[in-house]
Amino acid sequence: MSAAAQPSASRRGFLALALIVALLPLALPNNYTYEIAIVVGLNAIVCVGLNLLIGYAGQISLGHAGFFGLGAYGTAILAARYGWPPALSLPVSVLAVAALAWLVGRPVLRLKGHYLAMATLGLGIIVSVVLATEDRITGGPDGMAVPPLWVTGEKSWYWIVAGTLLAVVWLAQNLIDSPRGRAWRALHGAEIAAGAVGIDAARHKLAAFVLSAALAALAGALSAHYAGFITPSRASFLHSIELVTMVVFGGMASTLGAVLGAAVLTTLPQLLAVFKDYELVALGALMMLTMIFMPRGLVPTLEKALDAARRKPR
Amino acid sequence: MLRAENLAKRFGGVRAVQDVSFEVAAGTVHSIIGPNGAGKTTLLNLLSGIEQPDLGQIFFDARALAGKPPHLFAAAGIGRTFQNLQIFFNMSAAENVMAGGWLHQACGLAAAMLRPPRLARAEQRVREEARGLLELVGLGRWADAPTEAMPYGALKRLEIARALAARPRLLLLDEPAAGLNPSETREIDELIRSIAERGITVVLVEHNMKLVMEVSQRVLVLHEGRKLAEGDPREVSEHPAVVEAYLGTEHA
Repeated sequence: MSAAAQPSASRRGFLALALIVALLPLALPNNYTYEIAIVVGLNAIVCVGLNLLIGYAGQISLGHAGFFGLGAYGTAILAARYGWPPALSLPVSVLAVAALAWLVGRPVLRLKGHYLAMATLGLGIIVSVVLATEDRITGGPDGMAVPPLWVTGEKSWYWIVAGTLLAVVWLAQNLIDSPRGRAWRALHGAEIAAGAVGIDAARHKLAAFVLSAALAALAGALSAHYAGFITPSRASFLHSIELVTMVVFGGMASTLGAVLGAAVLTTLPQLLAVFKDYELVALGALMMLTMIFMPRGLVPTLEKALDAARRKPR
Repeated sequence: MLRAENLAKRFGGVRAVQDVSFEVAAGTVHSIIGPNGAGKTTLLNLLSGIEQPDLGQIFFDARALAGKPPHLFAAAGIGRTFQNLQIFFNMSAAENVMAGGWLHQACGLAAAMLRPPRLARAEQRVREEARGLLELVGLGRWADAPTEAMPYGALKRLEIARALAARPRLLLLDEPAAGLNPSETREIDELIRSIAERGITVVLVEHNMKLVMEVSQRVLVLHEGRKLAEGDPREVSEHPAVVEAYLGTEHA
């Protein structure tokens, strides 16, 4: 666990990820596989942010798909209905979602305990209902068309998403190793002791929550312009649970774990069509098995096993 | 330096602390003793903002602190350790101490994410300072250890190193020697002296009477949440009410 926090170890992980991302196109035979890779990348951006909140600051959000959806619809509505250029509507949408997260999080995070989970659960459900019913603005359940960014085509989008993901991972790793990251981890480790060394719990939980919501909105906004068409389904409660499962499965308090969790849980259902009808059951089973057999999640468990194997010969 | 006035705290029907007033002079080691359940830890929680008093006021350098959240007590210069360990088990020993210095590491969110050279250099200093503090408490070789793997005695000292990293002017130590063997207790004794020599005022809650008598200039005796006696160690140890409370005429 602490090994992941060492700058050198996280830098190695970052380089490995960069290498994989750079070489992956060689192994992608067609547009369909590119599309999967892009969706993996977008989910990974959300998960890296969600992991800052869950794995490091120790708070749970059950409404991150709502922020994803709001980011997507925000830029879509500004661009399609009001004619804003996407280069403007996208950042404005992300900032607006961050502001909303701040408004929701501020009163809730003053309370001790898991009230954020309840508040975000409610918020997520409200968002998905509003997106589906306000059909004059959002197109309702049928969805709406979104003007494209200045680029189109799977290959260009791959590099946009890949570049954004690498930047987000790099920024997140820096953050975790900074005084602020330590303050967040301290809150998770022992909130009382964090207060006794001057860490303001409410303020830092709020910062982690707003940042993670903004990253979800960023991924949502990118996905809207990439797909050219959005429906409220991506803002659903089920998708929120999917995102939390990705983080828990990949490994809480591991940025690379969040990326890997997103990759596995995005590609598996695509490859195994069997899951289609049993997605919820499969998610639940995976969550339970993770908790029972590797409560730390995939990447931290592997790290520990590797560490043990390396020490044995001595 | 610290003045507590008429502090009172009750939990349901239990009056944990009632009408306790005392003053701690700068540069002294001030001990709080008393039998189990006398209200020592509750008093320490009040003095560090972890519990809010029902009545009374706490002045630190004439600043009224009662009712404020814990992080403002820390910012004012009051640090503490915990009897029931409150270690950041998700971090290494060095990171625990580095986190302890948060108040002196102001760093915006953008800087934290972009890690400019200025921050990288500051972090290097923070890391060195943490190592220095770990050496001071005798944990130099544990710096990179996962805290989960550290023995109890080492974690007790890690608590002290983390509290010192915040550079407190007043340090509240909650039973730093509890659960330690005699040789470890002697080390804590020396450590408390060296902390006092650094000019840090210490409030020590402790069961070990030998330790208390050796290191403190002033002793406050609590009994059933009330102040029973106060004075220098010798006065207190000869005080009839204290002798009676300690020799245990077992009244409720």
